[in-house]
Amino acid sequence: MSVRDRLAAGQDTGWWGRTGVWVAPLALIAVVVLSFGVGKYPIAAGDVIAAVIGRLTGQPSTVDPTIETVLWQVRLPRVLAGLAVGAALAAAGATYQGLFRNPLVSPDILGVSAGASLGAVLGIFLSLPVLMIQLLAFIGGLAAVALVYAVGAAIRTRDPILVLVLAGVAVGALLGACLSLLKVLADPYNQLPAITYWLLGSLAAVTRGDLVSILPALAIGFVPLVLLRWRMNLMTLGDEEARALGIDTTRLRALLIAGATLITAASVSITGVIGWIGLLIPHIARMLVGPDFGRLLLASVMLGAGYLVGIDALARSIAAMETPLGILTAALGAPFFLYLLATTRKGWE
Amino acid sequence: MTLAAVNVAFGYRGAPVGRGVSCAVDAGEVLCLLGPNGGGKTTLLKTLLGLIPAQGGAITIDGRALADFARPELARRLGYVPQAHNALFPFTVREVVLMGRAARVGLFSAPSAQDRDAARQALHALGIDHLADRTYTTISGGERQMTLIARALAQEPAILVMDEPTANLDFGNQTRVIEQIAKLAAQGLGILLSTHDPDHAFACADQVALLRGGDLIALGSPQETLTSDMLRRLYGVDVAVTYLTDVGRYVCTPSFNRSPRGETT
Repeated sequence: MSVRDRLAAGQDTGWWGRTGVWVAPLALIAVVVLSFGVGKYPIAAGDVIAAVIGRLTGQPSTVDPTIETVLWQVRLPRVLAGLAVGAALAAAGATYQGLFRNPLVSPDILGVSAGASLGAVLGIFLSLPVLMIQLLAFIGGLAAVALVYAVGAAIRTRDPILVLVLAGVAVGALLGACLSLLKVLADPYNQLPAITYWLLGSLAAVTRGDLVSILPALAIGFVPLVLLRWRMNLMTLGDEEARALGIDTTRLRALLIAGATLITAASVSITGVIGWIGLLIPHIARMLVGPDFGRLLLASVMLGAGYLVGIDALARSIAAMETPLGILTAALGAPFFLYLLATTRKGWE
Repeated sequence: MTLAAVNVAFGYRGAPVGRGVSCAVDAGEVLCLLGPNGGGKTTLLKTLLGLIPAQGGAITIDGRALADFARPELARRLGYVPQAHNALFPFTVREVVLMGRAARVGLFSAPSAQDRDAARQALHALGIDHLADRTYTTISGGERQMTLIARALAQEPAILVMDEPTANLDFGNQTRVIEQIAKLAAQGLGILLSTHDPDHAFACADQVALLRGGDLIALGSPQETLTSDMLRRLYGVDVAVTYLTDVGRYVCTPSFNRSPRGETT
């Protein structure tokens, strides 16, 4: 079908669909290069590229050693963490939006963020070491979703998806209450600011070790999303129709939820809660490449990674002090989201 | 292949809908389910598809109990055409039809060239090749219904189960769907459909099952079952059934008459 035929038929010409395939990776590379240069110690993009080429070719670098140190010791772990966490949150969001058949769902729907927050805040409240706080956050996130899933499976109705969502709301509220209690009880001078910062998310404190520690969880979590990418499309039809087409929906849903939860919990455990990425990015990705989950997953991963790295560069450059990521993702994401709502309904009806 | 129900009770735990239903669909045969709203048609169809567990009795495919089939095995034998609905995400018609291949695609695989071929053939069989690249969410109700039938054909089932395939369609599209059903049956497919229009049963059915309040009140050929007496019992309104020689089959129409202008009755 020619473009003219498609236009005549009143449908999208797929311009974005085809262009997006090139735009996304190029934009991602550009954002990464720029973000290496941004921060308290600015580095020109040319130096960044020269340093990278020096590393890759093994030639002695002409770049200032201080620049080298900042690049490889400070910026690299931070950028890599931004890429990994942004990709994970966006991929989890894309999965949940399809599973729950709702384009306005975020990865928090089953309580993973609420559980992780409670775990981390408990760790801060008990003045535990950083590693324990991260572990508690990770376990808290997984435990919250496991609880929601168990409740959903125990209540047998005709609409398992709705029950899961409602169980998620209830458990989330319960965890939120516990969280509020800990905030009230926390020491207002030491612990409360730490809690507040954690709940708004940051990449500032992420180390190379943190990144390495979550990589296995990320890798395992992505496996079901990638392998089941075509079947994921059928999950958007709803439980009954998918089953009539030969899908074991209960098993598939469990696998996909487990994967999406694992990557979200792992991400949140080292960065704190970073909102909006999981909601907004899959939405934009769907507008660019359409609803097919294989393409949607790839586009979400690239856009999510680029978005978080870009936001993080902004966070360390717009003010003297680091701006928490949650503030920026919401402040930029929400208006953009409203703009999308007002101007287009493509991507969902 | 035969889909058979013997003395089946259906509904939900704690909320039974119907009982004592026995019927069978053979290859190449059309069984038409008629009955008033709330009579249990959709619940019965979903039970026969294995989407809802039967509360009693036996449902079998060629003598083997439905419950013994794994989901994909069942989907290769029974195709399901739900009522035309609006999908949430804007898949193309081609992608929607391709989803019919799920039971024939490996768990971790994407559809092969062979699957794409099957989807293309299903579109072609229904004469909707031209819709392939359109977005499912933007086509008309009739086109959506045809797409869902194509998706069920892509399953390559022996029996099609269709829940009110003519609901919400205009007169022309209803006729097209019924014609298509007759054509598919002639090609050897067994078809079980529910409808609100007894004329559809006259037009395409070999057997008619009348379901009221969860009970099967009649089962037989259209001429035997769709009498004006029976239709009055079923729907509670007076219906005239007559033979149209021009068309060569029975038709029915409600037999009330509008009173002449100016008079009151």
